[in-house]
Amino acid sequence: MRLEPREHSSTRLTLMAPVAAVFVALVLCAGLILWTGENPFTAYALLFKGSLGSRFALTETLTRATPMILTGLAAAIAFRAKLWNIGGEGQFYMGALAATWLGAGVITLPPWLMIPFLVLTGAMAGGLLLLIPVILKNKLKVDEVVTTLLLNFIVLLFVSYLLEGPLRDPMSMGWPQAAPVIDEGILPPIMAKSRVHLGLFIALAAAVLVWAVMRFTVWGYEIRAVGHNVAAAAFSGISVNRTIVLTALISGGLAGIGGVGEVAGTKGYLTLDLSPGFGYAGIAVAMLAALHPLAVVLSALFLAAIYVGADSMSRALNVPTYISDVIVAVSVLSVLVSLMLTRYRIRWR
Amino acid sequence: MDVFEILLTGGFWAATLRIATPLIFATLGELICERAGVLNLGIEGIMTMGAMSGWMWVYMGGDLVSGVMFAAFVGGLFGLLHSQFVVYLGLSQHVSGIGITMLASALSYFVFRMLLPDATTPPKIEPFQSLPVPFLSDLPFFGPAFFNQTAMTYAAIILVFAVWYALYRTPVGLAVRMAGENPMAAEAQGIDVLAVRTGAVVVGSAFMAVGGAFLTMSAFDAFYFGMVNGRGWICVALVIFASWKPGKALIGALLFAGIDAWQVRVQQLPGVNIPYQFFLMAPYVLSILAMIIVSRKALYPKALLVPFRRGERT
Repeated sequence: MRLEPREHSSTRLTLMAPVAAVFVALVLCAGLILWTGENPFTAYALLFKGSLGSRFALTETLTRATPMILTGLAAAIAFRAKLWNIGGEGQFYMGALAATWLGAGVITLPPWLMIPFLVLTGAMAGGLLLLIPVILKNKLKVDEVVTTLLLNFIVLLFVSYLLEGPLRDPMSMGWPQAAPVIDEGILPPIMAKSRVHLGLFIALAAAVLVWAVMRFTVWGYEIRAVGHNVAAAAFSGISVNRTIVLTALISGGLAGIGGVGEVAGTKGYLTLDLSPGFGYAGIAVAMLAALHPLAVVLSALFLAAIYVGADSMSRALNVPTYISDVIVAVSVLSVLVSLMLTRYRIRWR
Repeated sequence: MDVFEILLTGGFWAATLRIATPLIFATLGELICERAGVLNLGIEGIMTMGAMSGWMWVYMGGDLVSGVMFAAFVGGLFGLLHSQFVVYLGLSQHVSGIGITMLASALSYFVFRMLLPDATTPPKIEPFQSLPVPFLSDLPFFGPAFFNQTAMTYAAIILVFAVWYALYRTPVGLAVRMAGENPMAAEAQGIDVLAVRTGAVVVGSAFMAVGGAFLTMSAFDAFYFGMVNGRGWICVALVIFASWKPGKALIGALLFAGIDAWQVRVQQLPGVNIPYQFFLMAPYVLSILAMIIVSRKALYPKALLVPFRRGERT
């Protein structure tokens, strides 16, 4: 077996590849569902019904997708520059922490100022956290994969300490949760009788903005150039370190905004289980979207539908909810292979 | 007792060896992969898979030794998958590795819940018992500190020497190191670089899985969700800290485990009022510090992360 580069990879092939890959993933996971003794068609039908089949299901999926669009964008832009930011989870919590600290009554502004203020400070908190591993990478060549990963654990323990100590809500009856965000800072719901909030618009706007920056600006060009070939980028006069720092601030900032949205939009206050792994899910979202900012929106909606739908399906059938994580992981791997096959063809001989 | 007297207790040294054991297995596993030129970020998931599958084997009626073998086998399968992606298809090693971690952890939890749907309190197995070394375990202080461990801990120490010998004193080890340093030259010598890399990743992943299995079959007696808890990532840091050398990996793991065992004991001293979360942070902070110390001078295997395609210049 040998791989041969294709001369052309057609746009149609590139667009079809992820869809075909997700189909393959669903077929593979059907095997696991068979093993549980349930009918895969019934299971997938229930999964679909539980994620998109009713108004409630649909709004829950949109709510779940909101932070995943943001953490997905965070991973996508960083990976474009070959900055391996696996610390989305930690940056998400830093944003949530900023929104809690500043949003719970320390400062009171009218809503039209308060909400942008919380979003900006959350973005700064997330971006600054990623700045630590990036400075270590630029100055001391410390590999950022490991440092960003380890910072997730450190941040989560720090949040746990704050929730049991300085930030604990005196009215929480001893539960480790922080005081709620004041009314002026709450992201208003955008659909009646649902949990969908302004954060969804913010996430969609961020996706368009990131796409435009990557596509049309010098910054975007430099980020892509650094990711494509560091040596060539440096040779052509791009300041690699500066570009990496800029990417880090945007990437960490986006994940931080995800945290703000969950605190000030979905939940209203900070707890230790605010995120069921949104930071890590963002990496899957980005990979499924082939790191394209607009595709991130679709891929976040798809993953959110899988998570929400699997929860509801596993209540009806004898299939553990972890099936959602398996479907996501298999989809990610098969999309990787399918995208590779749009650039190479396999020759058997 | 003050913070330094802890170092004089046998219990501290015994705990150090115990905490170091899974790190030694998994660090050696990652080291072998990277020496052949393949970063394996599947480590965290493969350890989880090893912890689940070894434990499940014993819970279903198998014996402990074959349980470890089974964990190694399953770990090797995930290594085989990773190597198909990165060695033969040339996918990004970072991205494929993260995908493998997602898949292996998700499957571990899925299979555990599938086979034990109603388990509310985690069911237990009879784990490896400590195996006192004859005569040596009777020594004062040294006996209880070093010679009263479980079989897996002794195996980990022996494995360090075995891996060192294999890497530096056998033709196979030379082939592995060439595949990671200069695959073109290796190919010119008639070495099948792709096969060598695949073999290294499979064996390395098997070791990672055994490291995970130690957690459920020796250190504890049950499988918990999230029990690997970043140990895999710490091992990736330890490989860099050890400059890709097995002996230094042992020293790194022991140093690391020693500080971990020490902080647990300091926490319990009267008059220590630091919140427990800061003690729990210690392993992660230490790993970052270790990387800061060594990274500037780190000599990565030259072909690490570089896919090799026969007949193509890179």
